[in-house]
Amino acid sequence: MVTTRVRHKWGMVVDLDRCTGCQACVVACQAENNIPINLEQHFLQRRAIEWIRIERYWEGLEEAEKTGDLSKVKARFIPILCQHCENAPCEPVCPVYATYHNNEGLNVQIYNRCIGTRYCVNNCPYQVRFFNFWQPTWPESLHNQLNPHVTVRTRGIMEKCTFCVQRLRKGGRKEVQEGKRLDDKEFDAQSGMFAPACARACPTDTLVFGDMNDPNSRVSTMAKDNRNYKLLASIGTEPNVIYLKKVDLDASDAATH
Amino acid sequence: MQERVPLTEREVNRDLLRPVFTTPLWWWAAVGVLSVAVAAGLGSALYLAINGFGVTGYNRPVMWAFLLVNFVFWVGISHAGIMLSAILRLTQAEWRRPATRAAEVLTIFSLLTAAQMPLWHVGRVWRIYWVFPYDFGRGIWPNVRSPLIWDPSAIFTYLTSTILFVYIAMLPDIAVIRDRATGWRQGFYGVLAMGWRGTPRQWHLQAVSGILLSAIILPIFVSVHSIVSWDFGVAVAVEGWHATVFAPYFVIGAVWSGVAGVITLMALMRWLFKAEKYIRAEHFDGLGKLLSVVGIGWWFFTLMEIIFSLYSKEAAEVSFRTLQMFTWPYNMLFILFFLTGFVFPVTLFLSRTVRHNIAAMFWISIFVNIGMWLERYMIIVPGLMRKQGLTFTWGSYSPGATETILVGSTFAMVALGLLIFSKFFPLIPLSDAKEGEVLRHEIQVGKVKVPAIIREA
Repeated sequence: MVTTRVRHKWGMVVDLDRCTGCQACVVACQAENNIPINLEQHFLQRRAIEWIRIERYWEGLEEAEKTGDLSKVKARFIPILCQHCENAPCEPVCPVYATYHNNEGLNVQIYNRCIGTRYCVNNCPYQVRFFNFWQPTWPESLHNQLNPHVTVRTRGIMEKCTFCVQRLRKGGRKEVQEGKRLDDKEFDAQSGMFAPACARACPTDTLVFGDMNDPNSRVSTMAKDNRNYKLLASIGTEPNVIYLKKVDLDASDAATH
Repeated sequence: MQERVPLTEREVNRDLLRPVFTTPLWWWAAVGVLSVAVAAGLGSALYLAINGFGVTGYNRPVMWAFLLVNFVFWVGISHAGIMLSAILRLTQAEWRRPATRAAEVLTIFSLLTAAQMPLWHVGRVWRIYWVFPYDFGRGIWPNVRSPLIWDPSAIFTYLTSTILFVYIAMLPDIAVIRDRATGWRQGFYGVLAMGWRGTPRQWHLQAVSGILLSAIILPIFVSVHSIVSWDFGVAVAVEGWHATVFAPYFVIGAVWSGVAGVITLMALMRWLFKAEKYIRAEHFDGLGKLLSVVGIGWWFFTLMEIIFSLYSKEAAEVSFRTLQMFTWPYNMLFILFFLTGFVFPVTLFLSRTVRHNIAAMFWISIFVNIGMWLERYMIIVPGLMRKQGLTFTWGSYSPGATETILVGSTFAMVALGLLIFSKFFPLIPLSDAKEGEVLRHEIQVGKVKVPAIIREA
C-alpha cells in the first residue's frame, strides 16, 4: 500500500542545566520497554540493564577530600541513552545485521536476528547497549504491567534504547491515516502523545525530543544553542542526541559540563 | 650437525612407525587423563550454552574476555604450521624436516580448538550458523563489513588449506603404513593413500603441489592473524584496541608463540616417541635462532604500540595504560608478561648452549606462551575496562569457573588431538626424513669430514 510516509529525523536535546538526577526517566523507561527487573545482584555484577541511566560525577571531590571542606563539591548528572549515532560504530560490526540505521535516523536493534556476539557493545563508546545475561523474569504481580507493544527480549541477545519506537510508529500510523505530516508538537514531550517515555516522564523538561528535520521544532532550535556539544565528539559518531552544557555560575571558564 | 647419525630407510620406517603400530601404556594413560579434561571442558561449554552468560564472570563493560583471549591465543599458535612448512620449505631451510608435520598438525588442532571459542562465546550458540553466507530462508546475508564475518572466512580457509597441505605431504607415508597394515587398517590406509605407488610421476605431482600450496598459503598466513587483530583494531570505541599497528603486531606475535609451541611439541615428541635420532639439537638450534629474531621483532611492535598510543596523551588512552601497567593486579601480570614473553626467552635463545639444551628449550618455549597468553589478556580485558573517558562505565573482570575450565580444557583438546593423530599417522614425516638422508652429503673441511646438506630438488 502506498502511504504518504514522511521522513523524520528523530533527535533529542539533553539540557544538563535542567537535570536534577531524579531518575524518573530511568523508571519510566523501565516500565515502558519491558526491561527486566534489575536486582541488587545485577548491579553488583555490573549486568544491570538501563536503557537510559544517570551518570553521577562529583566535581572537585579529590581536592575537597584533601582539604576536608566538602562545601565546594558539586554533583554533576548526565543522562546517557543511546545516542542514535548517524555514523554508529555498533552497526558495521554486527555480523548478522541485527543492528542498522533506519531512514528516520534511529539506530535500531532487531532482536530476532541477534546472536549475541556482543561486538556492538564493545564498539559502543557510550556503553548504552545491554546484553541479556539471564532469561528475564518478572514477579507474578507485574505480568499485567508488561507493555504489549514492546517485545520481551530473551537471554543471549542485545537490547538498547529505541527512542520508544512503538510510540513513534503509533504517530506514524496517525500520519498515514490523516495523510499529512503531523505537527512536531505531537512528538514533543510537553504537548504530544508520541514522545519517548523518558522525555514524557522528565519533570524538569531536560529531555527534549522531536524531529530534527523540522526547522521550527523545539529540538532543532535548542540544538542550535551555543551551549551544545556532542558526547565524545572526537570519535566522529555524529550522535542525534545533543547535550547542552550546564551553566555554572561559579565556573569562570568553559571546562566543565 | 655433527651429531647426526646415518640412517637406513629400514631404520627410518621402524623408528617413525613405532608409535603407529605399538601402543604403550603411557599413551592410554595420557589419552584417559586428557579425555577427562576435554569432557570437563565440553561440560562447562554446554553448561554455559544452556544457562547463558550469567554463569560466567562477564559483565559490562568487559563483554569479551577469557574465551576471546583464548581464541586469539590458539589462532596465534596455529601460525607455526605455515611458518615452518611453507616459508621454510620455500626458503629450503633443511632443519625444518622433522618439525613440519608436527607444526602443521598443531595448526589443525589449534585452529579447531580456536574455532570453538567464538562458538561458545555468542549468546545464542544455536544461531551461530547465521554468520555463514547461507540464506536459510532468512532472506538476509551476513554483514560483510563485520570483522566477525572475516574471521570465520579466514579461519576456515586456513583450516582447509592446512588439511590439504598435511594430507598431500602425508600421502607417501600413508602408503608405507598401508603396505605394512593388516585387517581393517589396510583398507583404511588403502583408501587414504589414494593409490599411491611411488611412481616418479606421483612424486613429481606431490612435490609440485606441495610447493604450489606453500606459495598459495602464504597470503593466508599473513591474513589470518591480521583479520583476528582487526576484531580489535577496527573497534573505534575502545581506546586500547583502536590501533593500526595491530595487524603486523599480531602476526609476528602469532609466529612467536606458534613456533614456541612447536618447540614444546618437538621436545615432547623427542622424549615420548624416543625420536632422538630425528629431532636433534640442531633443530632446536635452528628454531631458537629463528625465534630470537622473531621475538625481538615482536617486542619492537609491542613497544611501538605502547609508544604510539601514549604519544597522543589522550586521557582515555593514558588511563588504559595506567591500568594495564601500574595498577594492581595488572602490573604484576604485566611484569610477568614482560619477563616470560620477552626478557627470558630472547636472552636465553641468544645463547648456543641453551639452544642445544632440549630441556631448557622446552621450558623456555612454555614461558613464551605464558607470556603470549598474557599479552592477549592484557590487551583485551584492560582495554575494555577502560574503554573511554566516561569513568562511570569503567569496570573490572574476574574470570568465573565456567570459562576457566573451558579455557583450561582447550590445552587438553589440542594435546588429545595430537596424541590421537600420532596413533594413526607418524608425526615425523618418513618421506621427508628419507629425503634428508638421500640429500645428505659429507664434505671435507680441513681434516674432518662433516655432514652437509645439498639443495633439495
